[in-house]
Amino acid sequence: MTDAAIRVTGLRKTYKGHAAVDGVDLEVERGEVFALLGPNGAGKSTTVEILEGYRRRDGGEVSVLGHDPADATAAWKSRIGIVLQRVDDLAQSSELTVREWVGAMAAYYPDPLPPDEAIELVGLRDKRDARASSLSGGQRRRLDVALGIVGRPELLFLDEPTTGFDPEARRQFWGLIESLAEAGTTILLTTHYLDEAEHLADRVAVINAGKIVEIGTPQALGGRANAAATVRWIGPDGPQRVTTDVPTKTVLELAARFDGEVPELVVERPSLEDVYLRMIGSPS
Amino acid sequence: MTTLATRPTAYRPPSLLSVYAVRAGVELRTFMREREALVFIFAFPVLLLVIFGAVFGSQDVDGGVTFAQVFVAGMIASGLFTSSFQNLAISIPIERDSGALKRLAGTPMPRSAYFVGKIVLIAVIAAVQQVLLLTVGVLFYGLNLPSEPSRWVTYAWVSVLGVATCTLLGIAATSLVKNGKTAPAVISPIAIVLQFISGVFFVFSDLPSYLQTIASIFPLKWMTQGMRSVFLPDAYQAQEPTGTWEHGRVALVLGIWLVVGLFVAVRTFRWRNKADG
Repeated sequence: MTDAAIRVTGLRKTYKGHAAVDGVDLEVERGEVFALLGPNGAGKSTTVEILEGYRRRDGGEVSVLGHDPADATAAWKSRIGIVLQRVDDLAQSSELTVREWVGAMAAYYPDPLPPDEAIELVGLRDKRDARASSLSGGQRRRLDVALGIVGRPELLFLDEPTTGFDPEARRQFWGLIESLAEAGTTILLTTHYLDEAEHLADRVAVINAGKIVEIGTPQALGGRANAAATVRWIGPDGPQRVTTDVPTKTVLELAARFDGEVPELVVERPSLEDVYLRMIGSPS
Repeated sequence: MTTLATRPTAYRPPSLLSVYAVRAGVELRTFMREREALVFIFAFPVLLLVIFGAVFGSQDVDGGVTFAQVFVAGMIASGLFTSSFQNLAISIPIERDSGALKRLAGTPMPRSAYFVGKIVLIAVIAAVQQVLLLTVGVLFYGLNLPSEPSRWVTYAWVSVLGVATCTLLGIAATSLVKNGKTAPAVISPIAIVLQFISGVFFVFSDLPSYLQTIASIFPLKWMTQGMRSVFLPDAYQAQEPTGTWEHGRVALVLGIWLVVGLFVAVRTFRWRNKADG
């Protein structure tokens, strides 16, 4: 337990009397991919920025790689990687090439990856000599990740990394994150996309109004695994639907009744989206 | 892939000098690839010199020199001021808005490296600009390059102290500016007004005395005076407010502003936009 990458207890942060983070507890194990889900303004980014050392907390205990991020030292910063939510510096002012960017960033770390290797890992080899301002949105995000990993971080923060991606770019990006996780990097991810959390995360925390609603694996969150299933099919009188705790039995009965194929048979559990929306109190 | 998560046992940061060199390289390369900024910073003062010189240049002013000579000395000081103060006070807030500073603040880069990069950039810009202004001044406006070594010594310390002071004040001013969009609207008027009252566009002694008094609070007036002492004959001293070049006071006022700039810059510099909390 002492080896947790991140340990947070009773974290509080107040802006002008409003509690943005209101008693958050969470623990991320080393090597884990942990996703923080929540609506805008729920306290995700505030929590992450406190863990990254950007913001001061008003209360609670925080340990990131065994240190308090409030006293961030260069030694500690060299062990984490940060991919910020929105940065326009690559798009706006950068006349530097991909290689120059990654090379400069590598120079700040004690034991960096060779810049070309970091560029290769994020799949930008063909764009190595292109200026950052000429990259597409997805390529720029890959460069953000290259800049975040070139220092060989033990812990990588990814704040809404795929916002604005098309589905193909997101799939590719997920592959990159999976390969980093396989290499042993601990990853804390915030995202709006439930499929992203479901695909990438070992565990998910849902945060709403500054409080953790639940922490669990994406498969078990909100009692999904044991929740009542819905069985749908087309009967002689049109579409039918039954909610049941014993869907297998229902299907067997239907198979007997139809003597074989049940027309348009579907058995479904609540999706992560269903349980998420219920948790944050939104009508689904 | 296994190379990713290995870690050194003790923290051995890269040498400070190597990081400084990298930052200087980043700043210089970025600047040289931004054509518009490049043209603006180098061509604008030369253009001003040409226009004002063409219109008023041949008029004689008291003290046995032409207006062009007084004006060139003023523009040499003014170039140092705009390429440091105005340049940084406008460009740093834009970088801050873009998240560039936040990104750097999240790395183990020593924070001094960012400022060293800026200082190297400003030093290079100022040096190139000085060569341009001096060349144009000598070729077209009767500027006399001094022959006495003592005047070059004066030139050296006035320009170095002036640039250092204005660089720190430019960094300090970024704390007063809310964001990159408003920076030009806040900073440019300050710079233009100071140029008008500090003896750049007008002969300083022709200004109403209350404007002279106001200008004397700020560094630019003392920089133009210092540059006049380098490039104008000693006879012109009689036109200065106290009848002398006042080198001691030039050094003192610039020195005070240097300390003020350093103190404010170190105490108030922000790596994140205010809107970002």
